[in-house]
Amino acid sequence: MATDTDCCTLSELMVVAAAREIADREVVFVGMRLPLLGFLLAKRTHAPDAVGIYELGIVRDSPAPEPILTMGDLPNLFKAKWLSDTSDVMGLLQNGTIDVSFIGGAQVDRFGNLNTSYIMSSEKLATRLPGSGGACDLAGLSKRHIIIMAHEKHRFVTKVDYITSPGYGNGAGWREKAGLPRGGPSAVITSLGIMRFDPVSKEMVLVSIHPDVTARNILDNTGWQLKISDMLEKTPVPTEYELKVLRELDPEGYWTGS
Amino acid sequence: MAPASKLITLSEALNRYVPDGAEIVMGTSLETLIPFAAGHEIMRQRKRNLTLIGPISDILFDQIVGAGCVGKIRAAWVGNVITGSSYNFRRAVEGGDLKMEDHSNLTVAMALKAGAMGVPFMPALTGLGSDLFKTNTSLKKITCPFTGKTLTAVSAINPDVAIIHAQRSDEYGNAHFWGNLGVTSDACLASRYIIITAEEIVSPDVIESDPNRVITPGFRVSAVVHAPWGAHPSPVPGYYNRDHNAFIEYRSNSKTPQKFEKWMRDWVDNVKTSDDYIRLLGNERVVKLKLINHLLSEPVDYGY
Repeated sequence: MATDTDCCTLSELMVVAAAREIADREVVFVGMRLPLLGFLLAKRTHAPDAVGIYELGIVRDSPAPEPILTMGDLPNLFKAKWLSDTSDVMGLLQNGTIDVSFIGGAQVDRFGNLNTSYIMSSEKLATRLPGSGGACDLAGLSKRHIIIMAHEKHRFVTKVDYITSPGYGNGAGWREKAGLPRGGPSAVITSLGIMRFDPVSKEMVLVSIHPDVTARNILDNTGWQLKISDMLEKTPVPTEYELKVLRELDPEGYWTGS
Repeated sequence: MAPASKLITLSEALNRYVPDGAEIVMGTSLETLIPFAAGHEIMRQRKRNLTLIGPISDILFDQIVGAGCVGKIRAAWVGNVITGSSYNFRRAVEGGDLKMEDHSNLTVAMALKAGAMGVPFMPALTGLGSDLFKTNTSLKKITCPFTGKTLTAVSAINPDVAIIHAQRSDEYGNAHFWGNLGVTSDACLASRYIIITAEEIVSPDVIESDPNRVITPGFRVSAVVHAPWGAHPSPVPGYYNRDHNAFIEYRSNSKTPQKFEKWMRDWVDNVKTSDDYIRLLGNERVVKLKLINHLLSEPVDYGY
């Protein structure tokens, strides 16, 4: 199983990988937990002019002045650019203004469909999870979305028990047929590596493995025969500066501690 | 003639407007301004078979479920925002005691928008391709009469009661509400009754000095309750910060039904008034949660 590396914790590595998915000046729909930190880190490093949209009705173009644990923490409202209704910011999502969003998941399948609602065991409900929140909206309506989750065999399944947040369904053409106007997952950042999606078949492909992880580890922790890219890379470790900023954003290590 | 004051106690307000079986929308601004004091009064009154409506609820819905008050939830997410799953909710759904109607935040917003606008449904692009349709009969796929494309029709929700925690209100229900707004405005307009709980009760002059900040017109409000610290442990812009530890402690305090019973005895049943609650919180905690960095807005001129 993956462990923290010499330089940083696994969560830190994942947050830094998430931050690098954000380009400067993009409009980002920010989720909770690691994605929240990823956005804040990107703002403080390579994407200073990215704009953050939060589903509870917040638009910010600067990081919160103090560490926050939820998007509703008062420092996240402090000097916001816009405080508004959920339907206003969700409207920005629906009308195609959002470049990228981030979602966590409990269960994912080979086409990037996510389940955060119901885990079944031989046809019966085994675990009730919290549900969609805004995840279904983000997965359906952003120009692209990024999935961040732990990489374990019971989470990486051939077919999810319930599609809370649509990925590419059963492959190419599925989203269009379902009526979704755009988008789809562009990356899956896990505790073991980074996966992207084949542009033609829309199937998940392993493209990068984290330090101290082997492709074998990843295959063993994936519930289907995961395809591996011909140009498999090593996930770059965080720079000193990235780590310094990240530790300012999460000083207690609430999200990124080991 | 001056209108009649709507200022009553929390217990009276819930006795009068929340019968068993009522549909209640709460937690409408998501992580902020969650009406915990009102939720706890619902628990003390041992209401039964309620339907709870909201986008996410943080731990409030879990607590009311734990008290046995809830038959159904219509929401996008039920859990503990900073720790994940919540236990009473899990136990109730997994045990078959609680019906769940699965929404997304956008479908909750659209359902209340439809309710507020007096139309039977709102069209949306969200939900398509998801399994929400399987566990939510208030979502249907339709064909757009103009483009021929597939849309999601989100059926209107018109709750019996909206319970809103606001920063300040006059005794007639004109309340100033600021910060992120969530689905609060539509939730009020869609509901038959509105109960406002407020940190402070102020004169109408204060409210009328800034009508843009009024969340819903007072003539639609049924009851106003003075409830200082009434949203703790959630944050109230202008008043206090989020009490993260309370959410972390609640996770372990709700892990088993026995632990939850004890938590409910200490924090709900043995608390009768806001003063009791503030005393239980303790001075140190109260001081620590208060704002340190104030930021007053510039006044605007509404004159003529």
